[in-house]
Amino acid sequence: MNHAPSPSNFTAEPLPTRGGIDCDVHPPAPETDALMPYLDDFWRQSFEMRGFNRLNLAMTASPPNAPINKRPDWVGRDGEAPIDTVRRAVFDELGASLAICNPLHGAQILHSDDMGAVLCRAVNDWLAEHWLDRDSRLRGSIVISAQNAELAVEEIERRAADTRFVQILLLSMNDEPLGRRRYWPIYEAAQRHDLPVAIHAGGSYRHAPTATGWPSHVIEDYIAQAAIAESQLLSLVAEGVFARFEAIRFVFAETGFMWVPSFFWRADKTWRGTRAETPWIKQPPSELVKRHVRFTIQPADALEASQIERTLVHLDCDDLLLYASDFPHWHFDGQAALPAAFGAELGRKILRDNPLATYPRLREALAKEQTA
Amino acid sequence: MARYVIARADEVAPGTAKHVSVAGREIALFNVKGDFFAIANRCPHEGADLCKGQIIGLAESDGPGHYRMTRIGEMVRCPWHGWEFDIRTGRSYCDPARTRVKSFDVSVAKGDRIEGPYQAETFKVTQEEDYVILEV
Amino acid sequence: MSDTLTIENPDAMARQGQGIIDCDIHPSMTTPDELMPFLSQRWRTHMATYGNSLRQGLANTLSHPRMTPEVARADAWPPNGGPPGSDVQFMREQHLDAHGIRIGVLVPLRGTPGNQRNLDFGIALASAVNEWQVDKFCGPEPRLKASLVVTQEDPAAAVAEIEKRAGDARYAQILLPPRSTEPLGRRRYWPIYEAATAANLPIAMHVGGIGGHPATGAGWPSYYIEEHHSQVQTMQALLASFIFEGVFARFPTLRIAFVEGGFGWAPAFSWRMDRAWEKMRDEVPHLRRPPSEYLRENVWFTTQPMEEPFPARNLRDTLNWIGTDRLMFSTDYPHWDFDDPAHAFKIPLEDEERQAIFSGNAARFYGWA
Repeated sequence: MNHAPSPSNFTAEPLPTRGGIDCDVHPPAPETDALMPYLDDFWRQSFEMRGFNRLNLAMTASPPNAPINKRPDWVGRDGEAPIDTVRRAVFDELGASLAICNPLHGAQILHSDDMGAVLCRAVNDWLAEHWLDRDSRLRGSIVISAQNAELAVEEIERRAADTRFVQILLLSMNDEPLGRRRYWPIYEAAQRHDLPVAIHAGGSYRHAPTATGWPSHVIEDYIAQAAIAESQLLSLVAEGVFARFEAIRFVFAETGFMWVPSFFWRADKTWRGTRAETPWIKQPPSELVKRHVRFTIQPADALEASQIERTLVHLDCDDLLLYASDFPHWHFDGQAALPAAFGAELGRKILRDNPLATYPRLREALAKEQTA
Repeated sequence: MARYVIARADEVAPGTAKHVSVAGREIALFNVKGDFFAIANRCPHEGADLCKGQIIGLAESDGPGHYRMTRIGEMVRCPWHGWEFDIRTGRSYCDPARTRVKSFDVSVAKGDRIEGPYQAETFKVTQEEDYVILEV
Repeated sequence: MSDTLTIENPDAMARQGQGIIDCDIHPSMTTPDELMPFLSQRWRTHMATYGNSLRQGLANTLSHPRMTPEVARADAWPPNGGPPGSDVQFMREQHLDAHGIRIGVLVPLRGTPGNQRNLDFGIALASAVNEWQVDKFCGPEPRLKASLVVTQEDPAAAVAEIEKRAGDARYAQILLPPRSTEPLGRRRYWPIYEAATAANLPIAMHVGGIGGHPATGAGWPSYYIEEHHSQVQTMQALLASFIFEGVFARFPTLRIAFVEGGFGWAPAFSWRMDRAWEKMRDEVPHLRRPPSEYLRENVWFTTQPMEEPFPARNLRDTLNWIGTDRLMFSTDYPHWDFDDPAHAFKIPLEDEERQAIFSGNAARFYGWA
């Protein structure tokens, strides 16, 4: 098993990441049994009776032991608590000042609305107690299932007062594209609380991950996440989410970003000929995306610096990208999270300014720290 | 500027278009509810004949799920890629120009028509008794 | 101004003296009855009674209605009647002669033989469509070549159809629908690639197909703007399937064309495949080389619908990344998003590039060089 290191043709010294705001960190998913203390008698007893508390809820979308999901030096050393691994990698080595935890958990993709909602709530309770309470540099995303918008909104309302929760976390694959109106109560709550909505790679596999059917390999599924993100982006535009929710922000997490320019070209071109079917789209799709959507930089799918440089020229928008390590996933070695190809000035924007502009609650936290 | 008779007024019924060549220019002549307008026949996108496009109204909306057809008979749709042009002004409806957008700028004007700089050249056309006169 | 989408001087974009090879022309039947002479009585009756059985709710119409009748240019309706693409003489006048098309490759989309759930019906339809093409179009008009439609869900029957027609130079390629019940790289389809290799026929996949899966991995979209764009993501999945299943490792001489799927997406997709493979190559040990190398050796893209970056000059990066040897010009005549050869490219091309894209690459791909 020979896993190649990240390409050596990024020859220039990577940019420093000290002081950055890491917008995509994955605490290891809790064992199902670890969620039992957060449940009421009915659910706890029911789960224990059914053996549900012993079930492995790892998701098809992200097998935890696949090499790309498990950077070798980011695996816990003997006796190292998971939170200490995160501290070592994200804060000590990469020098982040804040990190946003995006727990990826099977609770988000269960068929039973009620079971899913109850477990998502438990995941959020667990995150608060075991992570947010223990390190003031950590922030959280509110884990919900998109499947039942009403129950999702209840959970958002429950968490909104805890300002350590800075965004709402959706997975990318659901029953229907995320622009569809059945999901709009979630966006209404998000906008009301000024919480960005993350759409993170992965999801429920309610149907094949491609229009061609079910690929054979994990690597094909992984690669397809970029295509799925493109479809989600166009769904948000086409359904009029940005027309209806003028202040909403979305963060596409772990979906890549190098594909965005060709998406812009094609979406704008198609819009000009199909506008009359969706007359609420009043600006080119690329403009709407630049206004409302941000993208985390891992994975940075490039082999050479010039590919990133030219893609940035094509994107023509400095506000789009957010720094992330995607801990513990393996996209770079050492501290090379921010290739030199971004350039020092844009690199600083990506590290701090863009995340701060995206997450108002982070600004409040920093402001409080400064006055403390 | 010279003036040319390019058609008999009754040759071009309301809601129809006619292709005329005059002084080396290819013109699409439209009759919109009794008034005549002329634009360059060639779509600025890839050169299709605008005189062959569907003459339609403008699909507008106050928001998702709301649909309104206005200005019926005043727009022409390029017969190829469907770009919409205001027959009276030659202006395209979709703005292909890129403007810098400030981060999370929600102050964009609401309900405005996006009138692009993408222009089909217009020509001054008048009707004098039975004839349509073009200045070029 | 080169930064705007205005028409460049058309003389600068004019076709070379050798004539253009158009890799995507859509033929139509004047009436559905036109197919009847090529079907047995059993299947004529079946068509009239049971009809299509496709993996979707609507029996006779695409799931997402288009913006123009017959998906066509408004000016492509033949004056003698019939839908766009149904009149050979009008096609000659409006397209082949008008644009200097030396060879046009027909891509028939009617009948959807490859997606019929009733395999025997699909087999009969495929044979009928194949014979109809040469009878109505290629015979009277030698500039036109046919595509060999096959029923990929029954690979043995597909192979039989290929072997029956191979050697008939009027068939330029084998045509498969990108949307099928399984990704086309899967091993059950390999007898088709074996037969294609033996016959030295390339394989084209033209956007569309009704495979029984939502049009996107995110689910079923609502609007045509999404459905039209979703074909790009379908092509991406298809490319990944061919590469990661090892089709090109097993059949190194196989030539594949992605038709009407765009090409602007290919560079970033290629890099993403390579980066993923760095970490997951042990899952696919049958790949001896980086995925992008298979793309560069076995895969071509037709140019329509042309990518339209703003500013237009950004297209030059895409051309450099893909390689102008991988692009084959196509018009999609008579569909609405037709590209006119004189105006498709909004950036200057070198003479050698223009020659390659407008005829040379296709001539080599199809073996007409």
